[in-house]
Amino acid sequence: MTCTDPESLHGIAWLACYLSSGKHMLFYSSFGTVLLLLAITAPVSLAFGFMGAMAARAGFAPLRWLGLAYTSVVRGVPDIVFFLFFVIALDQGIEYLRHEAICPGWTEPVRQGNDFIVCPEAKAPLSTAPQWVHEVYNFMLAVFTFAIVFGAFAANVLIGAMRAVPRAQMETAEAYGMSRRQAFWRILVPQMWTYALPGLSNLWMILIKATPLLFLLGVEDIVYWARELGGSKNPRFSSYPHGDWRIYYFLALLVFYLALTKVSEVGLGRLTRRLSHGQATAAGEAMRKAGA
Amino acid sequence: MMMKKLFTFGAALALTAGTAMAESHAQTVRMGTEGAYPPYNFLNDAGEVDGYERDVGDELCKRAELSCEWVTNDWDSIIPNLVSGNYDTIIAGMSITDERDEVIDFSEAYFPADPSAFASMSDSFDGTGVIAAQTGTIQASHVASMEGATLIEFATPDETVAAVKNGEADAALADKAFLEPIVAEDAELMFAGDDVVLGDGIGVGVRESDGELKEKLNVAIASMKEDGTLNTLIEKWFEGMKGPY
Repeated sequence: MTCTDPESLHGIAWLACYLSSGKHMLFYSSFGTVLLLLAITAPVSLAFGFMGAMAARAGFAPLRWLGLAYTSVVRGVPDIVFFLFFVIALDQGIEYLRHEAICPGWTEPVRQGNDFIVCPEAKAPLSTAPQWVHEVYNFMLAVFTFAIVFGAFAANVLIGAMRAVPRAQMETAEAYGMSRRQAFWRILVPQMWTYALPGLSNLWMILIKATPLLFLLGVEDIVYWARELGGSKNPRFSSYPHGDWRIYYFLALLVFYLALTKVSEVGLGRLTRRLSHGQATAAGEAMRKAGA
Repeated sequence: MMMKKLFTFGAALALTAGTAMAESHAQTVRMGTEGAYPPYNFLNDAGEVDGYERDVGDELCKRAELSCEWVTNDWDSIIPNLVSGNYDTIIAGMSITDERDEVIDFSEAYFPADPSAFASMSDSFDGTGVIAAQTGTIQASHVASMEGATLIEFATPDETVAAVKNGEADAALADKAFLEPIVAEDAELMFAGDDVVLGDGIGVGVRESDGELKEKLNVAIASMKEDGTLNTLIEKWFEGMKGPY
């Protein structure tokens, strides 16, 4: 089967050619982009959250203030504001630091009216770099931004989970002669996950739904391609003319997102069961009785 | 012997370094476009930027001896990303207006001031009622200033036409060259009311501090006007339009 002359095709053959056009291939690969973003962002956010929670509990006051400021400020700023301004500021900040380091002899100001200008060698990435480097860079900025936002929420969940571990557990650890550090890593951290999981699984679901914000960051995600492909196509500019098909594309996205959340729910349910095992919680107690 | 080997190696290194320098001498210019406004710019079936502006841009780059890279960006943030340096030009059917000229600079026009037209489903449309236009366009500001008209804005031009089709808007105002192929293919749509001429033609947007690039582009545009290349391209992409240069 060849797709060189789509006008002569009908029915399934036409559809097969249509769905395998170069543009559709970009659409399919954008699903990979979204999954990759989720796969990288989730652990990075968790790490940010863990560090935030540790900082917020720290004995050293300035560190504690930093942790508390991080969780309360970032959680208070609307996501869209964060994604519009923070990313441009971050990008310009990186370029400014590179500019200071690489081009010390540059005399022109970096801000000229509305323009932000650094020396060509300090551009991140260099404007001579191939397009894929720019895309990877934008993707990394996106991961970092998502991780900061979701890390703040995760920090708050983890602080609560750390407080929820029964005080008696920590007292016992101290009675055994463990240091603060040992008690934290050996007693508190292994037990806190069961309390953190409901909050964290909520965050995961919200993260899944937040991925369309990617397009604000210049990363072409599934929603961008669905809108682009679904928009009506004129026979003068496309070999596959059609009317407004956005509803079908968005329905496909609906199915994708629902499937993803369903799979997550099942996975998280299993994880909850595993983590409740042997815990001094209602769920752990129920499992103990069922097993007995 | 060892010495000689080292020497040839050094010479080879110097040579390759020399050619690398020569290659990187051609300035790389990143061309920002929207990719959703046929026939000016759109993504073809292969997912590449195509259209009148692709042809014009590639030819400009050839004449100005620049190596060009095409980038798509949302219309809404197309100017902020230019001034922030994420690409170097806007070549996206952007009309030259005083308002935009305060923020960025424009090259000479590579497309004349084209009339904007109202596409509607009824021929009784009289310039009042709900009118759809793309956010941040000259058409949107024009509708906002029209008496008896209510503006509804959309992020993409395609959505303004969809709004007319599903009855959300009485008409859509956009460049006639954009609407013409759509109206020609769709039996329900027609042009209604009088056309309006807005803006001072379409130019390449550059940063205000980028005078050198603007000069290069102006020289290339002038040479394309002179030898008729622009006229040929206009006639190729805009059916029934006569090249004005």
